[in-house]
Amino acid sequence: MDFSDSPEEATFRADARSWLDANAALRDGSEKAQDHFMARDADEVARARDWQARKAEAGWAGLTWPRAFGGRDATPIEQVIWNQEEGRYAVPPNAFLIGIGLVGPTVMIHGTEAQKAAVLPRALTGEDIWCQLFSEPAAGSDLAGIRTRARRDGDDWVISGQKVWTSGAHYSSHGILLARTDPQVPKHKGLTMFLVDMSDPAIETRPIRQISGGASFNEVFIDDLRVPDSARLGGESEGWKVALTTLMNERFSISVGRASGGARAEELIALATRVERNGRPAIEDGEVRARISDFVARQRGLEFTSYRVMTSLSRGEAPGEEGSIGKLLLGKLRQEMAAFGMELAGTAAGISAKAGDDAARWRNEYLTAPGNRIAGGSDEIQRTIIGERILGLPPDIRVDKSAPFSDL
Amino acid sequence: MNFGFSDEQDTIRETLSRMLGDHATLEVAHNRLDGAEGFDTATWSALADGGWLGLAMSEAEGGSGMGAVELAILAEEIGRCLAAVPYLPVLCMAVPALQSAGTQGQRTSLLPGIAKGRTIIATALAEGGGLAPDTVSAKVVQDRLSGQKAPVTFGAEATHALVAATDEEDTPRLYLADLSASGVTIGALDPIDRTRPAARIDFDNAPVELLPGSDPAAIQRMLDGAAVLAAFEQIGLAERALALTTAYAGERHAFGRPIGGFQAVKHRLADMFAKIELARSNAFFGAWALASGDSRLPEAAAVARLTALDAVQFTTEESIQLHGGIGFTWAADPHLFLRRGWQLKAELGPADMWRERLLGHLATPLRAAS
Ligand SMILES: Cc1cc2nc3c(=O)[nH]c(=O)nc-3n(C[C@H](O)[C@H](O)[C@H](O)COP(=O)(O)OP(=O)(O)OC[C@H]3O[C@@H](n4cnc5c(N)ncnc54)[C@H](O)[C@@H]3O)c2cc1C
Repeated sequence: MDFSDSPEEATFRADARSWLDANAALRDGSEKAQDHFMARDADEVARARDWQARKAEAGWAGLTWPRAFGGRDATPIEQVIWNQEEGRYAVPPNAFLIGIGLVGPTVMIHGTEAQKAAVLPRALTGEDIWCQLFSEPAAGSDLAGIRTRARRDGDDWVISGQKVWTSGAHYSSHGILLARTDPQVPKHKGLTMFLVDMSDPAIETRPIRQISGGASFNEVFIDDLRVPDSARLGGESEGWKVALTTLMNERFSISVGRASGGARAEELIALATRVERNGRPAIEDGEVRARISDFVARQRGLEFTSYRVMTSLSRGEAPGEEGSIGKLLLGKLRQEMAAFGMELAGTAAGISAKAGDDAARWRNEYLTAPGNRIAGGSDEIQRTIIGERILGLPPDIRVDKSAPFSDL
Repeated sequence: MNFGFSDEQDTIRETLSRMLGDHATLEVAHNRLDGAEGFDTATWSALADGGWLGLAMSEAEGGSGMGAVELAILAEEIGRCLAAVPYLPVLCMAVPALQSAGTQGQRTSLLPGIAKGRTIIATALAEGGGLAPDTVSAKVVQDRLSGQKAPVTFGAEATHALVAATDEEDTPRLYLADLSASGVTIGALDPIDRTRPAARIDFDNAPVELLPGSDPAAIQRMLDGAAVLAAFEQIGLAERALALTTAYAGERHAFGRPIGGFQAVKHRLADMFAKIELARSNAFFGAWALASGDSRLPEAAAVARLTALDAVQFTTEESIQLHGGIGFTWAADPHLFLRRGWQLKAELGPADMWRERLLGHLATPLRAAS
């Protein structure tokens, strides 16, 4: 048990810091709260790309990827160190999480040599931006129920259907798409994964506005998209296995990458020191102190949980269901903290006087947080995963598991 | 950075768990509830014979020179089996206090007896209300102590007590009292957890000896360390309560299937698991801060304590709930864990006290601010 850097880790941290010092400015607290998952507009995408390219050139992109694929072969702990250090600087949001965190690892495991060569280097440098075309209007938690069809046509596949909630589809160059290739077999068995080019005219992307007012996800219509068989990732009808690799990496990157995402309890301390409650500084109020200290305790626990996961990964264990713990606890914590920030900041109702004031900032956080509890597998789904795969409880009743999809 | 245990530490855990499993069964705990004497001397002797009571003492002191992480493993395993032994006051408070604030003479005369299981030092900090050093009203004048301390866990079973009292300048310090001396009266209390007997001790001009290195900060440090180690005990007991509830949910059938197949049950078990793991992560940081002497110990102790209190209360209450009617019976196991949980809350102070400890470090201390 050692929380301090080993000599190699200290060197890594010093190297990271000196590169960051030379290439970015430290945050000064005036930055807009940002959801590191998403870029907001074309300008932010351009800045994100530029930053990614510089990192890639200097060897700071795709840290945990093998060197053979342009990565640094860094340990998961070194990834944490990098995240800690980069988090201190005012850098553009990371638009590459899906490409580097989800698609890259999936292609490394299931891709052909040609696919690895085509996908990995460009994902790393940020030339390509990837989105995840999994969820559909009728299939989210129950992902294996997707209806988008891919039919064989000679050496090609022709894909039609609709995807939804696709984060970043509007600025992505490529997508990883799950489609049904065989409806005559049970739902998990007839799926196949594809890698598609989002600039194809057969794909239409329409942004969807979220409760926060922004539009970071989309609905995507696919109308007779023709792709060669070389766009198939993994075996025909083996799409579920491929998807599980992607989803495991997704849960993992959300819980680890974002243990420090969203607002921090320290910001609530600063806020409570500035504002009044019952005629005195809010930080002197008993309830305020109780709430904030519980937030701090939970937030620390989440950070240290991600370090524990990193430790087991560094010992060569595969990313497992532990990712569900962080995923489950983070969203709710973020939502509760944001609600409390709103209560402290405004006349309880979140009325903002001017853009960027406390009320506006916490309102935005509050209206962003619910997405955390749904995206990447909802809280309820995480509880089922913990209950069944970690605690070994009997499975839910799944009535449609063995019938052919076409009979459902 | 390495947030796991070493192979040697894993071996220590296995050895301890086997040894405690042989002695401290839940039946032993049930017997305490049914009136057997609180202190499980058989388990304590077994710990002494195995060399575990000297675990965190140097070889010169009669111990095996291990540290806080190994002590944390012991605490977790004790929590898991609800052993009725005074490891928390003796090993987690008195020993470190003697090591950091006592004289060479005090160490030489007391530590070997502790390692052998003969000397038992209770910690007498609380006076009914708080635990914090600045709430102390017991007083020492010319090496004579007067005041009342309660609750003192294992007070009636102990040979000595480490007492918080103010000196002639009104500064809280730690004093060592021989409980067989004149001027000491001990009365039994009725604790919620009878595997942790508690007493009230009246000192009337009783002779005591100062730990010269002790001051309010040292007392607080002792409490911080104890909170970290107690968090491991809390995690151990919560994990056992979860395990037995999970097993029950797999066996008990209703509506044609095991109750653990219903989401209302399954998801609650998942919530217990998540809370325990969150507490464990904080406790790991605490163990490291304690072992390495890191300056973040106060914060680490407070967050470990807060999340452990929450995990234990949720797990033990829901454990009773998910057992149904049988869970509400005296003869069933779940309430043993609930009782130990509340006992641990009482022994080291409730959440409020630790919230203030945390915010005192991160923001403004409440008293100074208002
Ligand atoms: C901000 C955001 C970004 C997203 N980005 C992407 C993306 O980039 N790509 C992508 O493919 N998808 C994305 N999604 C979609 C996301 O994965 C789904 O929304 C999610 O899996 C839930 O599916 P659903 O919306 O169909 O809800 P449903 O599955 O219909 O769920 C509705 C409610 O029922 C509950 N529920 C469902 N099944 C069960 C069950 N078996 N037991 C108990 N409760 C259950 C759910 O927990 C939820 O509360 C995103 C979603 C959000 C909010």
